[in-house]
Amino acid sequence: MSEPQADNIILGFDNVSISFGAVTALTQVSFEVPEHEVVAIIGPNGAGKTTALNVINGVYQPTQGTITYKGEVRQGMRPHEAAVQGIARTFQNVALFKGMNTVDNIMTGRNLKMKSNLFMQGLYWGPAQREEIAHRQAVEKIIDFLEIEPVRKTIVGRLPFGLQKRVELGRALAAEPDILLLDEPMAGMNLEEKEDMCRFVLDVNEELGTTIVLIEHDMSIVMDISDRVIVLEYGRKISEGKPDAVRNDQKVIDAYLGVPH
Amino acid sequence: MLYRETGQFKTSYKKDMAIFPIRQDRWAVVAMLIFVVVVVPLIATEHVIAGYLIPLLIWSIAAIGLNILTGYTGQLSLGHGAFMAVGAYAAYNLASRIPELPIILVFLLAGLIAAIFGVLVGSPSLRIKGFYLAVATLAAQFFVEWVFATFSWFVGGAASMVIDTPKMAVFGYQITSTLDNYYLILGFVVVGTLFAKNLVRSEIGRAWMAIRDMDVAAEVIGIQPLYTKLSAFAVSSFYGGVAGALYAFCYVKSVDFTAFDLFVSLKVLFMIIIGGMGSILGCFLGATFIVALPIILNELMHLFSGQIPSAMLSNIEHMIFGGLIIFFLIVEPHGLARLWMTAKEKLRLWPFPH
Repeated sequence: MSEPQADNIILGFDNVSISFGAVTALTQVSFEVPEHEVVAIIGPNGAGKTTALNVINGVYQPTQGTITYKGEVRQGMRPHEAAVQGIARTFQNVALFKGMNTVDNIMTGRNLKMKSNLFMQGLYWGPAQREEIAHRQAVEKIIDFLEIEPVRKTIVGRLPFGLQKRVELGRALAAEPDILLLDEPMAGMNLEEKEDMCRFVLDVNEELGTTIVLIEHDMSIVMDISDRVIVLEYGRKISEGKPDAVRNDQKVIDAYLGVPH
Repeated sequence: MLYRETGQFKTSYKKDMAIFPIRQDRWAVVAMLIFVVVVVPLIATEHVIAGYLIPLLIWSIAAIGLNILTGYTGQLSLGHGAFMAVGAYAAYNLASRIPELPIILVFLLAGLIAAIFGVLVGSPSLRIKGFYLAVATLAAQFFVEWVFATFSWFVGGAASMVIDTPKMAVFGYQITSTLDNYYLILGFVVVGTLFAKNLVRSEIGRAWMAIRDMDVAAEVIGIQPLYTKLSAFAVSSFYGGVAGALYAFCYVKSVDFTAFDLFVSLKVLFMIIIGGMGSILGCFLGATFIVALPIILNELMHLFSGQIPSAMLSNIEHMIFGGLIIFFLIVEPHGLARLWMTAKEKLRLWPFPH
């Protein structure tokens, strides 16, 4: 793990609530994500974990409360603005562009950085071509890092699930984000694939200094790789802290194992 | 043996990202170009060029346009005929009101005007999707037909509402013969195809496909849905507009709104469905299928013209045509282009498929 830089908060939730009609998905949730840390959000099904990620990258707007990102209070941010500001994510059910191959999928992650106009792209000449090639080089580094060279030109819809997850991580990394949101990156994987994925996540965190917020159900992984754990239950935060402290928190044990009546 | 990539090593990303990275494909394209530029005018009769090849090429341009919108960006449109009509009328008005304009510029400006109209028609696409968007574009189709049927200003006040197109000249050279028209259209087809092929392999093309495949994820990685969809509408209707202008000026030689009715929109849609959604090659295959097949069937039916009454012959012709469409869609729902892709993949491994 990288050196924690005290008090350098990249993202803060202050009393955030969000409701859909009568259903309240998050109730007055407050937490802070320090820069360069790996933060895990855990909790039983329906606890509001994915909703929390959706709020962070602007898919949902909070009904109440404020979100502070990079020291500024955000208001009404759309997902693509969040992307511009350095928030990237993966999805619980892989959300790749199924008709495109691996390279093109990861290239879309760099679309934000490309500046050529439509006409120049149509001519595919001079600056537009140079730009494509430069970004292709960056994408190849990611492909190399994630060890997916053999499936470079394969349509992603034909890839096995584990590899699709990896391509999706690649697409998020291609944007060179400051903060990376991973929604169950290891769901449905076997042990070996999980270990690979953990290695990638930790490498990203250590080498690039990317802050990572992840949702994961596998407790041994959560305890191993995260610097800090946030526990949600029924849309409320019930615990937060170092993995060891959270593991021994009676409220968390109750939430997961149930309380005798 | 014929189609092997073995030994074709790419040593730079530039080569790997070339428009036709496989040598055989490059040869095929060059051979095709030589064929259409040199061989066709030598062997084809004027009747074949004027009646078959010219419409085939024009429909191909129109199909490329619709394929960019529907095949690449996933926005279903039933208004492509309207874009073609706008292009045709814009070209007529530009050419007749400003005779100094070079004709190629006229066609390009007509495409631009159609593109502006396309952006207007496409502006609801941010809110509505799928069939609902199709209905919105259908409204554009009927609106355009109504406008051109009602206001005679667009045809310079002519009472008949159908008007001959003015003469054309490229750099002082008068476009008169069928062959001149053929070459003019061919020029637009070649440039337009390259341009479209470049677009779909660039940043904008990936943004279009991202919106098609998963629009939420596309927005999350920073693709702006509004710009992406509207740019697809603009490019699509640009191609439609140019195709419409060429159709009026180089094929039927008159401007007539009834030539761009709903059936035209459906015809182009059939072309890209049969040819292959999301494939530039598919546009040509689809246009060939829809334009050439009825002609071939017709010729075949003439063989029986003695024995069977002609009315029944024409019915049989339609039935066979419909049957073939269904047959091809069952064999390969992704279109002829996919069939060709599969064949290519098999050829690559042949004769050792495992």
